Amino acid sequence: MPHDHSHEMSPSGHPYRTDDDVPLSYWQQMEIAIREILIEKGVTSAAEIAAQVEAMDARGPANGAALVARAWSDGEFRALLMRDAGAACAQMGFDIGTLKLIALENTENVHNVVVCTLCSCYPRNLLGLPPDWYKSRAYRSRTVREPRRVLAEFGVELGDDVEIRVHDSTADMRYIVIPRRPEGTAGLSRPELAALVGRDAMIGTGLARVPGAAPPGG
Amino acid sequence: MSEPADGAPLAPGTTVRVATMMPPGHVRTPVYLRGRRGVVERRLGPFPLPEELAYHRPGRPHDLYRVRFTMAEIWGAAAERPRDTLEAEIYAHWLRPEPTDAA
Amino acid sequence: MGGAESGAISRDEHDFAFWEKRVDALVILAQARGLFTVDALRRVLEDMGPEAFETMSYYERWVAALNQNLVERGVYTVSELGARMERIAERGVTYGEAADE
Repeated sequence: MPHDHSHEMSPSGHPYRTDDDVPLSYWQQMEIAIREILIEKGVTSAAEIAAQVEAMDARGPANGAALVARAWSDGEFRALLMRDAGAACAQMGFDIGTLKLIALENTENVHNVVVCTLCSCYPRNLLGLPPDWYKSRAYRSRTVREPRRVLAEFGVELGDDVEIRVHDSTADMRYIVIPRRPEGTAGLSRPELAALVGRDAMIGTGLARVPGAAPPGG
Repeated sequence: MSEPADGAPLAPGTTVRVATMMPPGHVRTPVYLRGRRGVVERRLGPFPLPEELAYHRPGRPHDLYRVRFTMAEIWGAAAERPRDTLEAEIYAHWLRPEPTDAA
Repeated sequence: MGGAESGAISRDEHDFAFWEKRVDALVILAQARGLFTVDALRRVLEDMGPEAFETMSYYERWVAALNQNLVERGVYTVSELGARMERIAERGVTYGEAADE
């Protein structure tokens, strides 16, 4: 995506943060300076930076959703995903680089939710860049202490018979939640199933959508 | 604190307690888990130690574990629902095995 | 910060500005060159202290941490950066003007 930002809404429906209609900030100056120096010194190149930004723009939660849809409809693949999520990604043709991935399966009795209290670790290769709230102080500090209240704010109410399992992504692993497959989806194709799986369902702050139901707000 | 990585690997199900030390600088053990007792969920294998990598040092391999805690153990009476659980990745030298019957 | 008292979670989202994406790209590429690891980036972010969380945006903190690591590794000096930033500020008053020589 080139830098001809329109000042309206983006394709994802969120406002663009303005670049060009506010005064140049100190930190923007620093970014430009570091970039130019790194290019001059041959550490990287303008083309490499542009390619990196382009790859970032192309990434969203689609790969994660495809992974979930296949796990729902292919028992062998599901077993592989739970045993060795990296191998399962490779089988889907997803390059997750050096990322060490663990899949967490929601069941009738356990609901998983992921947070990184130390920074903002996130499986970018499968879900795209993390949303602002995932990186916020409020989400990071509250999710480990009062996950039920946090989930309720996201519209997820769980019964007292369900154990919530919070995963603090503290070191080298990244986590993806495999949400429960909704009722009434027996005849759906894999792409139709994937369309039910939003980003938040794979963080654990949402559930998979029920076919025909309105998508959750936000 | 026991020495890192010189003992046998901790088997899943082993009860462990997280070290209470509070050194300054970069470590990957959350403060809210220090001194808490949990159970090894799985061994993740050796990873270059972030405590060294953070200071531009080579990062010798250290064993990393996923450890499961109950919310009751972490937050005591303030737990939102005591039986809910939390898992985190913790390096071996921050863990000390405890008798299982204490859990 | 796990467990610390905190208020409501704001669920507003924004698409990243071009300069923010470039910071992200530079951090990834510098790591790919072996100049530092994510742990060194985190160390600097933590050392900024809690007040940086209140006063700086996410990518402002990131670009500061990127700079700190590159200086520590001797990629450039502090005054090299300072002189360059001064020249950049003279190019124009907006990011768009200053980012293009």
